[in-house]
Amino acid sequence: MRIYEMTAGDIASKVRRKDLSATECMEEIAERIGRVEPSVGAFLHLNLDEAMRQARAIDNLPSGERERLPLAGVPVAVKDNMATQSMPTTAASKILEGFVAPYDATVVSRLQHAGAVIVGKTNMDEFAMGSSTEHSAYQLTRNPWDRDRVPGGSSGGSAAAVAAQMVPVALGSDTGGSIRQPASYCGVTGFKPTYGRVSRYGLIAFASSLDQIGPLARNVDDASLIYEVIAGYDPLDASSLRVEKALPKATDVSWANVRIGVPKQYGSSGLDASVQARLAEVISRLESQGASVVEVSLPHTEYAIAAYYLVAPAEASSNLSRFDGVRYGYRASGADLLEMYENTRAQGFGEEVKRRILLGTHALSAGYYDAYYLKAQKIRTLIRQDFEQAFAAVDVILTPTTPDLAFRFGEKSQDPLQMYLSDVYTVTANLAGIPAISTPAGLAGGLPVGMQWLGPIMGEESLLHIARGFEKLWPSEGWPALGGEA
Amino acid sequence: MNSTYEVIIGLEVHVELKTQSKLFCSCSTEFGAEPNTHTCPVCLGMPGVLPVLNEAAVACAVKAALALNCTVHPFSKFDRKQYFYPDLPKAYQISQYDEPLAEHGSVPIVIDGAVAKTVAVRRIHMEEDAGKLNHLGQRLGDAKGSLVDLNRAGVPLVEIVSEPDMRSADEARLYLTELRNVLSYLDISDLRMEEGSMRCDANVSLRPLDYHGSLEDLPRVEIKNVNSIRNVYRGIEYEIARQAEKMGRGERIVKETRGFDDQNGRTYSQRSKEEANDYRYFPEPDLPPLVLTASYIEEAAQSLPPSPMAIRQELAEAGVTANDAEVIVADRAALEYWRSATAVFADKRQVTNWMLSDVSRLLNAYGDTFWTARVGPQALADLLALIERGTLSGRMAKEVLDRMYETGGRAEDIVQSMGVSQITDKAAIQAVVQQVVAGNPHVVQDYLSGKDKALGFLVGQVMKQTKGQAKPDMVNAILKDVMADYAKA
Ligand SMILES: [Zn+2]
Repeated sequence: MRIYEMTAGDIASKVRRKDLSATECMEEIAERIGRVEPSVGAFLHLNLDEAMRQARAIDNLPSGERERLPLAGVPVAVKDNMATQSMPTTAASKILEGFVAPYDATVVSRLQHAGAVIVGKTNMDEFAMGSSTEHSAYQLTRNPWDRDRVPGGSSGGSAAAVAAQMVPVALGSDTGGSIRQPASYCGVTGFKPTYGRVSRYGLIAFASSLDQIGPLARNVDDASLIYEVIAGYDPLDASSLRVEKALPKATDVSWANVRIGVPKQYGSSGLDASVQARLAEVISRLESQGASVVEVSLPHTEYAIAAYYLVAPAEASSNLSRFDGVRYGYRASGADLLEMYENTRAQGFGEEVKRRILLGTHALSAGYYDAYYLKAQKIRTLIRQDFEQAFAAVDVILTPTTPDLAFRFGEKSQDPLQMYLSDVYTVTANLAGIPAISTPAGLAGGLPVGMQWLGPIMGEESLLHIARGFEKLWPSEGWPALGGEA
Repeated sequence: MNSTYEVIIGLEVHVELKTQSKLFCSCSTEFGAEPNTHTCPVCLGMPGVLPVLNEAAVACAVKAALALNCTVHPFSKFDRKQYFYPDLPKAYQISQYDEPLAEHGSVPIVIDGAVAKTVAVRRIHMEEDAGKLNHLGQRLGDAKGSLVDLNRAGVPLVEIVSEPDMRSADEARLYLTELRNVLSYLDISDLRMEEGSMRCDANVSLRPLDYHGSLEDLPRVEIKNVNSIRNVYRGIEYEIARQAEKMGRGERIVKETRGFDDQNGRTYSQRSKEEANDYRYFPEPDLPPLVLTASYIEEAAQSLPPSPMAIRQELAEAGVTANDAEVIVADRAALEYWRSATAVFADKRQVTNWMLSDVSRLLNAYGDTFWTARVGPQALADLLALIERGTLSGRMAKEVLDRMYETGGRAEDIVQSMGVSQITDKAAIQAVVQQVVAGNPHVVQDYLSGKDKALGFLVGQVMKQTKGQAKPDMVNAILKDVMADYAKA
């Protein structure tokens, strides 16, 4: 097996034992990236020299120290909305072109303390607003399974880098599905933990009350491994939770004891036939293992998209106000202060970002706040209650991750509303703050299909356990063949 | 004029809290540092940073609220107030909008040591300060450039909003004075209006006597950022006169924000409220609500120092006049000084008199305060003891005090070195008196023929000959005795 095909867990245990040097690993990863990246375009920034330096530093550690590193020598890609001192952090926006943060995001320092090597920063929809990574101000990222198609978004670069085996694991951020949807489109595992589990310090905020960082990986164990490293209370993030994280049991799932809910509201409309068929197959395979699959009711789901597209843009309009050309990033000239502001933001932001800033500004305006933002927050409470009731009866809720499969470039970008509607299965987890994971369930017509598993707040342990059980039940069919394979 | 309208004044006061670090990051709050040296990614509004609430600032704000008789809410929350300006790094200020820390307080207006009126405090909330702009030109619009200093950005503030209960500039002045008195004993702020650690906006409107609608609906003029209590008074006086004149001419008062020019004592228009911002307040999603337990609030209430009213009571009982008491209450250092000095010298009125006259004169001359006075409470008490014992006259004691302040020496040592101690030897004084009486026979004659004033001249002569060191009451008594003898002769 080639090093680039190895899991993060294998690399780490080999490097810890010195069966593999971090340098050797990094060299092969660099070679793989050099070969594959031109046809995928997953990275906005690479700093392979720095990565080699980090790898050598790990090899040079006294063995006692190296043996304690859970991610010893593991190459990791980080979405470009997380602050790094060693590379620019642009959130794929012109307004932050060339911006290098003077500090590292908490997740980045945690990864590095655990022995991981940060390879590069991945492409994304500008400020994480989008579902295809087409809204990057810099480049397209191609789906490794079909390079005429999008990788999903907004963490499209991270999903593509993992699927193309350029890195075993990557970080993404998920505000309404931005980890899970690209994971589904690219056939990898994408995990959004409970809101507050992972520090947001250093994550360029899109919608503060919805954003959550999580891993993308080629299996659930690797996702769990990264989760273990990045989760936990951070004094720099007042919304981070002061609770112990628990990792999944190593045991097999005894499906006979698992109660699985399938929401009746998540059916039919807009659901692609091949996805619907795959869901049915998945259900029958689970049932054949003895799992009980029941219908659950999440009656307020129909308001979820509306609520999400009020809350998220409202918070975004506020969070993105700091990009004003005064202190850092892009500044346009103007005859006076107001004109400088207007020109900077008009030229610095892309169309989708501007659309959402306008939406959000309107939703928070005097006279509209109660009708829009406040009402949307009330819907969030109802959605949270829907889930609480559902989880009283089931252990986990199963849905497709997306109603469709990876689409072609340009296919949906002319119709933002249609793009928004495809978030239907993912946004409720962010609105309710619950953990959710997308796992691959094979291919349909050569394109990956993803299944989403939703758990109760702080239910990561059981959720990851079940997801790993499903992975065994529906093993991977392998990885996309990319040009130049040796 | 007062027959046609009533003056309505409400005040919004911003007070910078004297915490070690800023409200949402660990940067220092120290005033006067090199520009932008007290900054970090958080208070610079870098991408991805998050605020973390400084609990010391909460403790200060809770103290202020309790000392102003407010109800502190067990649940309050933070909100974002949004507008673009270069001194506001995130383009929003984290403040508290519809669920403030505390409400329903009061501040007494004190006249002659007694509460003449109580002004209600509507609310107290916490918020972060903005930075400062230094324009390289006349104003932002035509400046060649503007330099942003973000040292102050994120410094904790409390905003104290009064009800529109004040009816004159003088009441506003007394409200501010007492508000500052109350806060000064909490040790939570420097309260320096000239440095901006206490700032006042005054809302002034005139209610025609035949208007009975809501005060909120009256066209209100806000005078912004006045830098002293005296200037708040002047600004309000000017504004009352300006509005009254307009009303007298039948003109409409425009709701607007006005600045105050302390050179000419006038207010001037800054912007009308019609073009005011929509601040798009919404709950700060990066901060959990501020939850305070009943026991936390109770403990804070228990630890409050005595109020200025209680201190006035203490001073009145010690025989200090109401006017003198106001001076002491307004200066916490003076109170501490007074307490220390009266603890070692029993005549409290004498202490008060010396403190507020000669010691204060020296403090002003040397640029000191009662905290830094070079003649401390014990040294003053020692000096006063010498007067009491008759070693020094009051006039001599002033000279000794000056020398003490200059040199830092003890009263007794200076008395010795100056050789100024009072002549209290009866025989010595008698000898001088005899000499003076012998040398001024017609003056003696004048006195004996009923011109009492003549005695003063003779006393003066004795004092002159003794270089002022003879004890005046003894000189008086001996002179009278000698004259009595003459009369008999
Ligand atoms: Zn700071």
